Amino acid sequence: MKLITLLASAAVALGLAGGAYADGHEKTKVGFVFVGPIGDGGWTYEHNKGRLAVEEALGDAVETVYVENVAEGPDSERVMTQMALDGADLIFTTSFGYMDPTINIAAKFPDVKFEHATGYKRADNVSTYSARFYEGRAIQGHIAGKMTKSNIIGYIASYPIPEVIRGINAAYIHAAKVNPDVEFKIIWAYTWFDPAKEADAARALIEQGADVVLQHTDSTAPQAAAQEAGNVVTFGQASDMGQYAPFPRVSSIIDDWAPYYIARTKAVIDGTWESTDTWDGIGPGMVGIGEISDAVPADVKEEALAMKAAIADGSYHPFTGPLKKQDGSDWLADGEVADDGTLAGMNFYVEGLTGEIPQ
Amino acid sequence: MIWLEKRPQPSRFFAYITPLLAVLATFLFGGLLFAALGKDPVQSIITIFWEPLFGEFAFYYRPQLLIKGAPLVLIAIGLSLGFKAGIWNIGAEGQYIMGALFGAGVGLAFYPAESVLIFPAMVMAGALGGWLWAMIPAFLKVRFGTNEILVSLMLVYVAEQFLASMSLGLLKNPEGFGFPGSRNLQQYDSAHNAEIIAGTGMHWGVVAALIAVIFAYVLLARHRLGFAVRVTGEAPRAARFAGVNPGRLVLFCLGTSGMLAGLAGLFEVAGPAGQVSIDFNVGYGFTAIIVAFLGRLHPIGIVLAGLLMALTYIGGDIAQSQLGLPAAAIQVFQGMLLFFLLALDLFTNYRLRLGRAETA
Amino acid sequence: MDLSVINPILLIAALMSAATPILLAATGELVVERAGVLNLGVEGMMILGAICGFAIAVETGSPLTGFVAAAIGGAMLSLLFALLTQVALANQVASGLALTLFGLGLSALLGQRYVGVKPPRMGDMNFGPLADIPVLGPILFSHDPILYLGIALVAAVWATLKYTRVGLILRAVGENHDAAHALGYKVVRIRTLAIMFGGACAGMGGAYISLIRVPQWTEGMTAGVGWIALALVVFASWKPWRVLLGAYLFGGITQLQLNLQGAGVAIPVEYLAMSPYIITIVVLVILSADKSAAPGSLGRTFHASH
Repeated sequence: MKLITLLASAAVALGLAGGAYADGHEKTKVGFVFVGPIGDGGWTYEHNKGRLAVEEALGDAVETVYVENVAEGPDSERVMTQMALDGADLIFTTSFGYMDPTINIAAKFPDVKFEHATGYKRADNVSTYSARFYEGRAIQGHIAGKMTKSNIIGYIASYPIPEVIRGINAAYIHAAKVNPDVEFKIIWAYTWFDPAKEADAARALIEQGADVVLQHTDSTAPQAAAQEAGNVVTFGQASDMGQYAPFPRVSSIIDDWAPYYIARTKAVIDGTWESTDTWDGIGPGMVGIGEISDAVPADVKEEALAMKAAIADGSYHPFTGPLKKQDGSDWLADGEVADDGTLAGMNFYVEGLTGEIPQ
Repeated sequence: MIWLEKRPQPSRFFAYITPLLAVLATFLFGGLLFAALGKDPVQSIITIFWEPLFGEFAFYYRPQLLIKGAPLVLIAIGLSLGFKAGIWNIGAEGQYIMGALFGAGVGLAFYPAESVLIFPAMVMAGALGGWLWAMIPAFLKVRFGTNEILVSLMLVYVAEQFLASMSLGLLKNPEGFGFPGSRNLQQYDSAHNAEIIAGTGMHWGVVAALIAVIFAYVLLARHRLGFAVRVTGEAPRAARFAGVNPGRLVLFCLGTSGMLAGLAGLFEVAGPAGQVSIDFNVGYGFTAIIVAFLGRLHPIGIVLAGLLMALTYIGGDIAQSQLGLPAAAIQVFQGMLLFFLLALDLFTNYRLRLGRAETA
Repeated sequence: MDLSVINPILLIAALMSAATPILLAATGELVVERAGVLNLGVEGMMILGAICGFAIAVETGSPLTGFVAAAIGGAMLSLLFALLTQVALANQVASGLALTLFGLGLSALLGQRYVGVKPPRMGDMNFGPLADIPVLGPILFSHDPILYLGIALVAAVWATLKYTRVGLILRAVGENHDAAHALGYKVVRIRTLAIMFGGACAGMGGAYISLIRVPQWTEGMTAGVGWIALALVVFASWKPWRVLLGAYLFGGITQLQLNLQGAGVAIPVEYLAMSPYIITIVVLVILSADKSAAPGSLGRTFHASH
């Protein structure tokens, strides 16, 4: 044991234990745990952009570190612990599956602040944050309902979880509002990211008559499939996918974590950080709406932008009654707005959608 | 002309020295890779290999080596028995998943009852799950002579789909707001595979791995069954004359490896991982195949190989965060290490000769 | 539920395209296995082919050059496998797995600059009026050149194995390497060439995903297709035309599954996704009656002094 202690202190003396201590603790150290590679062009790519924005905005005051491709479970606990041991002051854990590991490790490091994305468990030093992507879906639904000529809208869904179901409902409600004849065809891909499968799903939908394809998976494969088909409208997902603008990609939902990450890092620097539950949408800028291209008629674009403004200032909520559930039972009365609890655990379709949610 | 001559006996000297040479070669080529990526090669390698063992926070990383290494060793020990006998189970990943599902299923069925009997029941179920899944290729091989490499591999994908179905359906946490994944067994005392002594990383899976190592060692060195395993691998025809029943040996080897893989899955799901989820399996079953070969199919060698693999994972993550090395570079580095370890083993069994081969 | 929305003609055309990556990779692996070598590194070679093809196509603007580069990239990686297993006599299963790990890492490193880049498109072959024939036109005459190359490759491999001396030698080496050696064939050289052929085919299969089917580059984008190709070779009982059949069957199950979902049929997705693998096992059992199906020396290490 003595020898090992000696070796350890020697290692530190020689500066082998990493560069974190060379400049003491003046810099605020921010760690990011990523579930995928930063080159996935989707979920992790956007979180990493948020990390780079923190570096850019706060400059010398911060140092950021990250580990990518971290499996949920014991590996993520180890990576979080490692970051905490290396002197991180704030750690963002960016996947739902990191929920219990984050809570476990946070209990061991009460002085380190943790931020867990998309989860629902909090502690004194654990905040949660998530984005109201369904607000963007509502706008997409509106444009989709107006743009479709075949009245068939394809939807590539990932897993049957509340977040995805919320998106389908929000899109459908607003598509059906402007086009009562609209029909949704939904394919569950059972993946967040599998370009080949997403391309196949998009093609299957297009072959079945869909001329608008919405996607809740992260690759650009459906965009390319739509481009090949020629007359199919798509929307970017997670990132802008601007390389497919102005057509087929006519707009997009962008995960923009930068404002939140910068604000939270600043809060740690100022000592004002508190455990919170953030569920932000278009208003605070966590959900970005990519530029609506000229392929969309001017009046539709105007309506979409008006809806975006109304959602942003809080005057309109995408889930406003009267709304019924798929089985015909009442959900929201006229003018009633869905509460966050119901939305967070949403496991039903609204009236008009066909098919069942797979169990 | 250079040619290879098979040694009459594997060289003990080379058996010990080649892993060291392989590690040195990896340092050299890995260092070049890291330098090409603009990182300090010496510091990168020190971070990966030194930091977890002797760095400032070694008190934390050393137990983590056990947690990461135990499932690898447990699975690899089982596989090595079959590999020695020329019976190729490469579907340990599937058996690992099934062990976890069976074990967690039993535990969750009793929720929220508390009893000291629940965890032992889960262990039995986990072993059973892995064993049953391995019995499919075993039975098919014995009965129909199908190739167990291919059947066991196919069953990995079946198990993965089954896992997805279970975490989205039957085993889904009813209080989980509709998200996929089961209840967390860490929060269910009777089912939790907790550390036996806190802070040591020593959970029941580590104990099981140690027992398996000793068991395999004794079996191979002393027991008649171990003799049957060895002789079948080295000279199948002689084995039959020696009275070895090949069918029974297939059932034993595949069954044992499946059982140990199932146990590894159970200990992981009930302990470090805590819950069944779609991405629960992280490739231990496949990595264990490499571990078995790196360990030269010898129980002690497997322990060392398992710890070495664990070290590169843990050190690799540290290097990512401290030095900003991409995960892909770590993967390439691990690949190099495996290549060199596999390639240099040549010199254990063969020697280089200059001149002409007499019989060619 | 409305099954009439599924257009069988388009479905068949789609599954032919969807099946091409596994078809290419599996045809290559078939040759490797017929030579008596089991290379489990298909996934690694495919993903390396995917990035090599993508990068070169982007840099040169020519998808065809990309495919050539993909073949070279895959072959180079497989050469590493050949060195390990044929020269250093390492275990094939372990070497193949290590190859996949290495290929995934290397491709991610090479591809860092290509995330989000749009590659040049490869146009479809122009068959003139043939493409307008009802039913047959869309199915047979509306595809890109590589798809036809894949089918031609199957035919070429079949003819070579069956009718030529090269094929005979290859099969002899795979059936019994000691006997082949005694007859004076260069077992190691033949196997190395077979492995490189397999690598080149896998590389092109990967590039088909990154350049035609998706088309984009992202880390890990082959998402397990290489493993399906391995299953396919077994399913096909090491016979080229059955590889084609199997590829369409495997591809078809995925396409049908997606189409059925789109048509509103509630299907248990996971259980359908299992089915190709279960079918493969069943085929293996049926084949077991025919002892000659699998190459005799498959997966065994060869050393001349035995």
